[in-house]
Amino acid sequence: MDKIQSLYEALTKVDGFIYPNELALNWDMLIVMYPYITGLVAGAFILASLNRVFDIKALRPTYELSLLTALSFMLVATMPLITHLGQPFRFYEMLITPHLTSAMAIFGFVYLWYLMVVLLLEIWFDYRYDMVIWSREKKGFMKFFYKALTLWVSDTSPESRKTDEKIGYFITVVGIPSAFLLHGYVGFIFGSIKANPWWSTVMMPVIFLFSAMVSGIALVMFIYMVVSYLRKQKIDMNALDTIAKYLFYILIIDFTLESLDQIHRIYEADESFDILKILVRGKLFFTFFIMQIGVGVVIPLATLGFLQFKKPRVRIRKLIYWIISICVLVGIFYMRWNVVIGGQLFSKSFYGFTSYKVNLIGGSDVTLSLLWFIVPFFILAFLLWLLPPWKKAPPIEIPEE
Amino acid sequence: MPLQVKRLLLVFAIFIGIMLVLKYVLTPDSWREYGPYRGNAIGEIASQQAKYVQKESCADCHDSIAEIKSLGEHINLQCEICHGPGYQHVDDENFKMEITKNNALCLRCHTKNAASPKNIIKQIDAIEHNEGEECITCHNPHQPWL
Repeated sequence: MDKIQSLYEALTKVDGFIYPNELALNWDMLIVMYPYITGLVAGAFILASLNRVFDIKALRPTYELSLLTALSFMLVATMPLITHLGQPFRFYEMLITPHLTSAMAIFGFVYLWYLMVVLLLEIWFDYRYDMVIWSREKKGFMKFFYKALTLWVSDTSPESRKTDEKIGYFITVVGIPSAFLLHGYVGFIFGSIKANPWWSTVMMPVIFLFSAMVSGIALVMFIYMVVSYLRKQKIDMNALDTIAKYLFYILIIDFTLESLDQIHRIYEADESFDILKILVRGKLFFTFFIMQIGVGVVIPLATLGFLQFKKPRVRIRKLIYWIISICVLVGIFYMRWNVVIGGQLFSKSFYGFTSYKVNLIGGSDVTLSLLWFIVPFFILAFLLWLLPPWKKAPPIEIPEE
Repeated sequence: MPLQVKRLLLVFAIFIGIMLVLKYVLTPDSWREYGPYRGNAIGEIASQQAKYVQKESCADCHDSIAEIKSLGEHINLQCEICHGPGYQHVDDENFKMEITKNNALCLRCHTKNAASPKNIIKQIDAIEHNEGEECITCHNPHQPWL
């Protein structure tokens, strides 16, 4: 309630009947960023695994980029939560007092597993050989730094590379269910809240998962194009077309699942349906119909679908892909928005609404959300400088056994 | 076992070791005494000073005002709803309690609101109803409608 100066002022934000504790939204924009950023991580990783595990060779140019993108976003994934709670010095308590009675208490472990066992390990095995080579080429602090990164293992024999390759492959295989776990878990946090009819559906983890893949793939597509442009390198159009193809497929699945969820809700029309109908047609009209479905789904689906049949010139295709990736990223952001904010706008009495106004200037939630979205790009720039994928040695061929 | 795997296992062992030490050192004493929370938290919350002293405590000294109030429509309201928490004033009578006299305080309850029960709480349209006038020029808050 500290955000509201007086009850009188607060009541001007209310329509109909609501319970007192529903006046102010407890989960603000930072909580929108949390599933958004986590989803980008899971999606980027899935794109990397398409190359490694499902052996889609066309995606090779984006393999390391996907992993590094996933890592840079993973490193800030907890920050929206920590800043939202406003108790940064107590965050570790979640990790030292584990218990299974709260889905939220498990996040620390899901996060640690994914960061330490999947992402860091996979990147480490992928870059180990190269880091040894770089440590020999560099001088001074950088030499020491690369050596430390290799954990002082300087083995560059073909056998050691084959070991790296095999273990890396195994980690990616483990990583796929882990990525599913990571983002399915985030969906579960919302889907398991039985008091909220807008959230409470078993479809939620699956929907979150596929929307995560969509956003992560779009992000890597975007970053790949920007990085190629900045490096003045030619974009591998085959890779880009393949990414777009998978984006198209997964977008179809994602849209199908979300539609199924909504159709089910509409047909079932239980006691909460009236209020949800007013919510979607009223307060969420712009964010739901125009941004999430229009910009985030219909435009990308139509465009990408068209590109499956007819391929315009490379220049135009690049421009289309660039715009589509932004559309998808914006659309998925609004999908998270509609879930997190939408679920708190209506009263659980089903007879009224509160409202949420974003303070564009001076609102700490917006500033911090922007910050946590921008910081990963700086981390990525650093990682690309430290571990440039384009300076890697060609992968070692493992003969079929 | 390949060397790089050995090194990694060593790093992981160190990490897990550090986590276990931190868990041992940093876990609060009363954690899990009753459930997955600090048992001491219950005592800490219970030992906090009560901020609200209830209208009977106010009536001990301010008996004349309490009598006026007992005849008005605000009879069931606690004094501290308008005057704020009284614990410091009860301990030390020199501690003055701030009294908000502006309209916003009255309008907390009496502004026109579709969600409030009209037959129980009188409601006015703050814009039309004697605009610019202080509520307390006509209404005595202790006996608002007589």
